[in-house]
Amino acid sequence: MITGEQKEFLQKKAARIRRDIVDMVAPPKIGHLGGSASCAEIIAVLYFYKLRHDPQNPNWPERDRFIMSKGHSGLAQYAALAECGYFPREELRYNKELGCHLQGHPDMRKTPGIEANTGSLGQGLSIGLGLALAAKLDNASYKVYVLLGDGELAEGQVWEAAMAAAAYRADNLVAIVDKNNVQATGPIKERMDMGVLKEKWEAFGWYVLEVDGHDVGALASALDEADTVCGRPVVIITHTVKGKGIPFAEHKAAYHNAGMTEEEYQIACAATEAALAGGDNK
Amino acid sequence: MSILLNPREAYGKTLVELAAADKRIVALDADLAKSTRGILVEERFPERHFEMSIAEQNMVSVAVGLALGGKIPFVHSFAVFLTGRAYDQIRVGVALARSNVKLIGSSAGLSDYGDGATHQSVEDVALMRALPNMTVIVPSDATETAKATRAIAKYEGPVYLRLNRNDLPAVFPVEEEFCIGKVYPLRQGKHVTVFASGIMVSRSLEAAEILAEEGIETSVINVSTIKPLDREAITALARETGAVVVAEEHSVIGGLGSAIAEALRGEKNIAMEFVGIEDVFGQSACNYHDLLTAYNLTSEAVLSACRRVVAL
Repeated sequence: MITGEQKEFLQKKAARIRRDIVDMVAPPKIGHLGGSASCAEIIAVLYFYKLRHDPQNPNWPERDRFIMSKGHSGLAQYAALAECGYFPREELRYNKELGCHLQGHPDMRKTPGIEANTGSLGQGLSIGLGLALAAKLDNASYKVYVLLGDGELAEGQVWEAAMAAAAYRADNLVAIVDKNNVQATGPIKERMDMGVLKEKWEAFGWYVLEVDGHDVGALASALDEADTVCGRPVVIITHTVKGKGIPFAEHKAAYHNAGMTEEEYQIACAATEAALAGGDNK
Repeated sequence: MSILLNPREAYGKTLVELAAADKRIVALDADLAKSTRGILVEERFPERHFEMSIAEQNMVSVAVGLALGGKIPFVHSFAVFLTGRAYDQIRVGVALARSNVKLIGSSAGLSDYGDGATHQSVEDVALMRALPNMTVIVPSDATETAKATRAIAKYEGPVYLRLNRNDLPAVFPVEEEFCIGKVYPLRQGKHVTVFASGIMVSRSLEAAEILAEEGIETSVINVSTIKPLDREAITALARETGAVVVAEEHSVIGGLGSAIAEALRGEKNIAMEFVGIEDVFGQSACNYHDLLTAYNLTSEAVLSACRRVVAL
């Protein structure tokens, strides 16, 4: 259990990330608002609570690895990396611009703190498994965390990786599913229903946890519980809201990858600013 | 050229040697370890061999993760499944990320003669060559395969190594060192230059002997590194004769022929001919030789191509 103080700290970090996401997509830019906003708490709890890492030494061999398999949510990761000090905060506003270190999707050769190239969906869990297997060969103690989108689970490769991770008893691998129920063109249920996720992962041999993905306390507890599991990989299914915290964008496929009008931007700024100031973050 | 040796076997034995000397080396297979000879690593170092089952996309991305963890993964499958089935995983995880992953496409070209078009790769070199950061190597025989395997283990970065399933005539000088990016002249002549890869190297040498009797002196160059291509040497060798033939067991679209044509762009007065598979898929046959003949991958085809360019 985390303390009330820790909880407040993590909520603040999530609010900071969300505030930065909005600014990274300030008009006239277009960006992946919805899926970035839905994982702000997950990213905050990973970077500011769970991951063992050293922003001053991004290649520290013992660091835990985080892979953003749903690469379109890179904005949330960029915000966290800047907040940690991997690169100057000023760089955030230049994201996606020609010559910028912050690509439209994560690029390990361009951005400090990015562990793997993602963006073509479905590959991150496999890469994470490879890292986890390398850690086992070396008797290294680092863990590997992979964030997947629920829409991304339509990629068959995810289930190839799920099978292999269970077969290799990769208990140093933790998958997190940002289950925001909406993919680029509509609600997942209407596009291609995924059915019940928990049983799917269990059937593949995984230890499954399910939490509210905007509750930093629950996320922290789930990540701690994952450390106690032996012989099996762990998946945490997190229930989230696409576009969370940006009033006009919540639950909307239209803001999967979109621009905002100047008026919308002002609304998004006000809402995320209020959350940052300690207002309602629910 | 009567000595026949198997490049797959040479590859597997070399990989075991390398794995014995370097703990970073790991091997991955997709239920074809017997055929790719990855099984030799599995027998000797089971903890460093990963049987990923029939799931090539996952296998390639797992290899990417192993490389990120400091390992040197050798990923095996039939050339067609590796380069085709897992193309995007190779593109994003291996090439774009410049991962230290070695992709070993075995049973390449028409060499899996019995299994037909689904198992034959006439376009793998084109696919891999088009990827930035990718090194592409097509050894001419078993000796060169062993040497190339050692070289790519030392080289830091993505590599595609294309292997033939069948025994091949020995053409690579045993004392010669293999260097990535170097071309190997095997015969000197002043009338025509043949650039060849894989099995077509030995067939080009056969053609050159017959041509010599007709008074046509032929240079035969083994171009095993298709990328990075030694443009300077190739241009110089092409200029010496002004007549070029490229021979390969691959589609004429996008393979060695295309690479040489790209290298020679801007050159004046050089006639060019291609011996390769003419934009069609393969098919089954009861033996490799018949299949190569059916697709015009013969010394006779090289010979007539040489005659044509010399006459131009």
